Amino acid sequence: MEKTAKQIRGDLLRPLFRSGAGYWLAVGLTGSMVLAGVFAFSYQVYHGLGVWGLNWPVFWAFDITNFVFWIGISHAGTLISAILRLANAGWRRPVTRCAEAITVFALFIGAIIPICHLGRPWLFYWLVPYPSERHIWPNFRSPLLWDFFAILTYLTGSTIFLFLPIIPDAAAARDLAHGWRQRLYGLLSLGWQGNPRQWHRLESAMHIMAIAIIPVAVSVHTIVSWDFAMTPVPMWHSTIFGPYFVCGAIFSGVAALILAMAFLRKFLHLEEYLEPIHFDHLGKLLLTMSLLWFYFTFAERLTTWYGNDVAEMNVFWSSVRQNFAPLFWTMITCNLIIPFPLLAIKRFRTITGTVIASSTIVAGMWIERFLIIVPPLEHKFLPYSWGTYRPTWVEITLMVAGFGMMGLLYLLFSKLVPMISMWELEAGIRKAPVVRRRAATFQPGAATARAGLTEPEPFVTDAPR
Amino acid sequence: MKAIYALYSDPDAAQRAVNALKTAAGSLGVGERQVVVVTGEPFDGYDFSDEHSQTHIFLLASIGGIVGAILGYWLTRFTQLSYPLNTGGMPIVTSWTNGIIIYEMTMLGAILWTLITLLFTARLPHFGKSLSDPAIWHGKILVGVTDPPDPARPELEKQLRHAGASEVKSTS
Repeated sequence: MEKTAKQIRGDLLRPLFRSGAGYWLAVGLTGSMVLAGVFAFSYQVYHGLGVWGLNWPVFWAFDITNFVFWIGISHAGTLISAILRLANAGWRRPVTRCAEAITVFALFIGAIIPICHLGRPWLFYWLVPYPSERHIWPNFRSPLLWDFFAILTYLTGSTIFLFLPIIPDAAAARDLAHGWRQRLYGLLSLGWQGNPRQWHRLESAMHIMAIAIIPVAVSVHTIVSWDFAMTPVPMWHSTIFGPYFVCGAIFSGVAALILAMAFLRKFLHLEEYLEPIHFDHLGKLLLTMSLLWFYFTFAERLTTWYGNDVAEMNVFWSSVRQNFAPLFWTMITCNLIIPFPLLAIKRFRTITGTVIASSTIVAGMWIERFLIIVPPLEHKFLPYSWGTYRPTWVEITLMVAGFGMMGLLYLLFSKLVPMISMWELEAGIRKAPVVRRRAATFQPGAATARAGLTEPEPFVTDAPR
Repeated sequence: MKAIYALYSDPDAAQRAVNALKTAAGSLGVGERQVVVVTGEPFDGYDFSDEHSQTHIFLLASIGGIVGAILGYWLTRFTQLSYPLNTGGMPIVTSWTNGIIIYEMTMLGAILWTLITLLFTARLPHFGKSLSDPAIWHGKILVGVTDPPDPARPELEKQLRHAGASEVKSTS
């Protein structure tokens, strides 16, 4: 039986007002991970960047891996949400906010990482292009500055894209809550009234945002890929990097979205909202991205192997046969061999199946970022500039803290805002019969019938003659 | 805020109420703007909603994009000309790379302009008093009249009930 508006509001607002022990345990766990990261970062600030495992010639490693990984994860949300909104996919409604929140938090974490990488992080504002009496102007020719603009635009757009549909839900919480919560949601709702004028403006703005955010999302990860592709380092200087990175980003992002949805479903008791069909649809998308990712990986590797350039082949063999081979084949296993049967066979494409596949993909994509960055730096053009890299406890702790921060921000957000857009869900339920009627008119002959030219015949292919 | 209103479960009934109130408005000394509809979700396809659908937000977002592009062009070109780096004979103003910054600024301009237009045209933020009822969040549609003249109240109540409201509420 379909739920009423009152039941939907009750179900989705409940986590805001009540939380079980499991929730607070998760907050404690993720908070501890973040605290460990704060300690590691403080240690690094006190002792300097030398506490990392970076050494000539490998000056980018764990930290930049994390940066690329989190920027990639951020692709799940806003991009997928925007595409589904524009396609008017009805099943998107319970999914979009979970996805959009991932984008904002992952971008936030991603944006912090380059600051950690600065020798003097407290001078991070020097990255901002502003007039200075020292005549220090950022170099607009540098891909690192392109990153600044791309991430700024994407973070701004994604935050607005997340915030706009929250406004009416915050107004609902305002009108149904008491005390400090009422004041808090009063501010968050900006005094939303719910008149038709506001609804139309909001929907128009959401539509424009959905259109604008897609090219921005694509540009962000393309520009991140150019951090590498614009550099003459073996296996970096490649034209395939832009689409390869965008593909990998969507791939890892969808996997992260499935994990987040499974978590919300279990801990916030949203079983009736995040249903197996949502995991099934996203599982199909994940399967497509897995194959696409493998296609790009194969194309990149084949081109390198066929070209047989000495410097590039050194990197190639180091990852396929030599010291990075265990990581490379783990990546292939995590991103293709395990997920493929789980996602391709309908019987396995369950919630459990998609969650297992997503878990391996998230791990596999982190390894992929590492393999893109470190082996080429270890094997530059001349053997005298070869070196090795081993991460230290500081870098590993910062990586763990990144995951902890993602979990913590997500948990706190789910305590503040309904994780499913209530008004969109209700509008979807109300419109469902209209959509079904409209879909029926897409049958062959129906358009002619509407124009009053002929009587429509029943669309039955095996009707007796 | 003084108001008289009713809550409807059915959007058709709400539409009837709006039509009746607007028809009667002139003779009762009520302006059409005083007739208010408040809902907990958008109701496309009904006159009470669609009459507010016209918007220039797309045009304004495009203008925002153009403004962003101009700012991006200005920032990159004049920065490079003001503080020229030694490029070894290569161009000081690099159109290809500046294009990336200009592109991002264009999109940022469109996004920010969309937000500003939304806030301005939807009259947000608005922290003054407004007509509302928690029942709208449970699927009801509020149709009412703000600041109704006292002599008109019985007739307004009659019109609201006639459209299908079981209960008419007042605020003072």
